[in-house]
Amino acid sequence: MATILAVTEQRGGALRKVSLEVISAARALADQLGATVDAVVLSNGSVDGAANLGAAGADQVLAAHHETFGLYNPDGYATTIASIGGSYTAIVFAASAMGRDLAPRVAARLGTGCATDVTGLGVEGGKVTATRPVYAGKAIQKITLGGSPAVVSIRPNTFPVTSGAGKAGTAGTVAVPAFTPRVTVKGVKAPEQAALDVTEAPIVVSGGRGLKEPGNFKLLEDLAAAFGSAAVGASRAVVDAGWREHGAQVGQTGKTVAPTLYVAVGISGAIQHLAGMRTSKVIVAINKDKDAPIFKVADYGIVGDLFEVVPRLTDEVKKLRAE
Amino acid sequence: MKIAVCLKRVPDTTAKIVVGGDGKSIDENGVKFVPNPYDEYALEAAIALKEKAGAGETVVVALGTDAAQETIRTALAMGIDRGVLLQSPGSADGFEVAKAIAGELKGQGYDLILFGKMAVDDYNHQVGVMVAELLELPCVSAVSALTVEGGALTAEREIEGGVEQLACQLPAVVTADKGINTPRLPSLKGIMAAKKKPLETKPVSLGAGSITVTSLALPPERQAGKIVGEGPDAVPALVQLLRTEAKVI
Ligand SMILES: Cc1cc2nc3c(=O)[nH]c(=O)nc-3n(C[C@H](O)[C@H](O)[C@H](O)COP(=O)(O)OP(=O)(O)OC[C@H]3O[C@@H](n4cnc5c(N)ncnc54)[C@H](O)[C@@H]3O)c2cc1C
Ligand SMILES: Nc1ncnc2c1ncn2[C@@H]1O[C@H](COP(=O)(O)O)[C@@H](O)[C@H]1O
Repeated sequence: MATILAVTEQRGGALRKVSLEVISAARALADQLGATVDAVVLSNGSVDGAANLGAAGADQVLAAHHETFGLYNPDGYATTIASIGGSYTAIVFAASAMGRDLAPRVAARLGTGCATDVTGLGVEGGKVTATRPVYAGKAIQKITLGGSPAVVSIRPNTFPVTSGAGKAGTAGTVAVPAFTPRVTVKGVKAPEQAALDVTEAPIVVSGGRGLKEPGNFKLLEDLAAAFGSAAVGASRAVVDAGWREHGAQVGQTGKTVAPTLYVAVGISGAIQHLAGMRTSKVIVAINKDKDAPIFKVADYGIVGDLFEVVPRLTDEVKKLRAE
Repeated sequence: MKIAVCLKRVPDTTAKIVVGGDGKSIDENGVKFVPNPYDEYALEAAIALKEKAGAGETVVVALGTDAAQETIRTALAMGIDRGVLLQSPGSADGFEVAKAIAGELKGQGYDLILFGKMAVDDYNHQVGVMVAELLELPCVSAVSALTVEGGALTAEREIEGGVEQLACQLPAVVTADKGINTPRLPSLKGIMAAKKKPLETKPVSLGAGSITVTSLALPPERQAGKIVGEGPDAVPALVQLLRTEAKVI
């Protein structure tokens, strides 16, 4: 019987949310192919949330333990997944920092192609198909994956998390083969302020040159805090000016985000910025220039001075959330 | 230090995209092509590392049509020593491109092979990593800070909510992300010198690969949204719409 492998991610012994998106995407694909889903969890010990993967749609949960698997281990992870990958119909990764590195490694080891950052998956004539934004989101490519396995990575925040059959999912293990750790991850440096990553936050509030000076980003941090789980992003103009860290940049040469709500504040909406956020579910723009291109992609806009509009918005959101 | 940089010719990021007659690729008419922006970081890293070492060779490798010669010349004008064009129309399947590039680089004694983290046309984000796997070399992808010293490298890459710090021995493959450096612009002298630098052309044929493009389409237009109002007084209406119409808060 056909089986699909869903490659999950943990950090610090806790399953990352994107793992549930990966399982859900794998489950949906499996249902179309009449296949089952194996989820693999690579770690150095028990992982919080791994027990729920069955409920999320995995028929079997495979644990791959190694003393060095607490952090991402490019060679070790690739060797392990490639050692079992050949027998699967498809392997689904997240197009996360880890998945973007790991999926092509595994595909190359299995001698097949890799479709990265897909936003849609399907089956036609027994083959896996995918849609993926190309040319900075200015076009959508549809592809067929003839390889065995079909290796894909899915764009975070794009595939809905569905709850599966609600079964427990049987537990299994994967023997980690001997590997040469050519690259070692020495550690992970936490950012200065522990903040949600823009690629993963359900709400992103981004600021541009309209903020006038770095200190004014406090307005956006307050708004993000009012929303709850929100991250603060930035246009390239302000990142290049040194106002915000590189990791916050949204756009062509920054992060691609697809949150439920994207609020663009004092951002003109240059094509390279749009490349990084146009697949957001709902876009709100606040800009004093009614002709700013950002309004062409925004679902809702307010024409006005951000220094007046944003504090009011923060207040209203706070009020709403207090209800 | 012998360093290779793989460089792709891509449409300018501001280019308007029109789907071509085949319904699978873009209409290149009137489109301006440029070196892939991430590859410019790789070029800069190579040139700076050679300058620091005071000796060595830098080579740029591009797979593409003859038009990519112009892109290679830009790299030579920046300061790369010589160029290789692998003549081929390219492929949607990054693995096929990786195989051809790996074939060219194999056994040439490179200490470092640099790529961009991704090409801004296909967004494949894979060729560098695949080449490393094919050549069985250590690889760090999407590097935003790089130090090469004493036959080893240390690098940083951004991950969700943090920065991963990695290390490996040379020879190695690195794919470059923004942040790693600021690419130089070709100088007038560089542009003149580039005309005389060697550029070798080698035809390669790519396999069909496992990934086939069946169509290319423009994304659904986003409904030009509504302007809720002007100034702070429009805020309550906006919040209401976000709650009841869009249901996102
Ligand atoms: C190869 C390449 C890659 C690029 N990659 C990226 C990328 O990844 N991400 C990115 O963002 N850009 C990228 N850019 C840059 C992009 O072209 C723009 O220059 C940039 O996005 C502009 O940033 P901005 O909107 O903050 O600034 P501006 O374009 O200067 O816009 C500022 C906006 O603020 C508004 N404003 C000013 N004051 C107020 C006020 N008081 N209240 C309300 N509104 C106000 C103005 O009306 C204006 O619309 C790239 C460019 C190139 C060439
Ligand atoms: N046709 C090509 N010629 C030379 N280098 C390429 C080519 N395609 C991809 N690359 C390299 O591989 C990187 C990643 O590309 P991609 O995997 O296509 O997103 C690019 O930044 C280039 O360094």
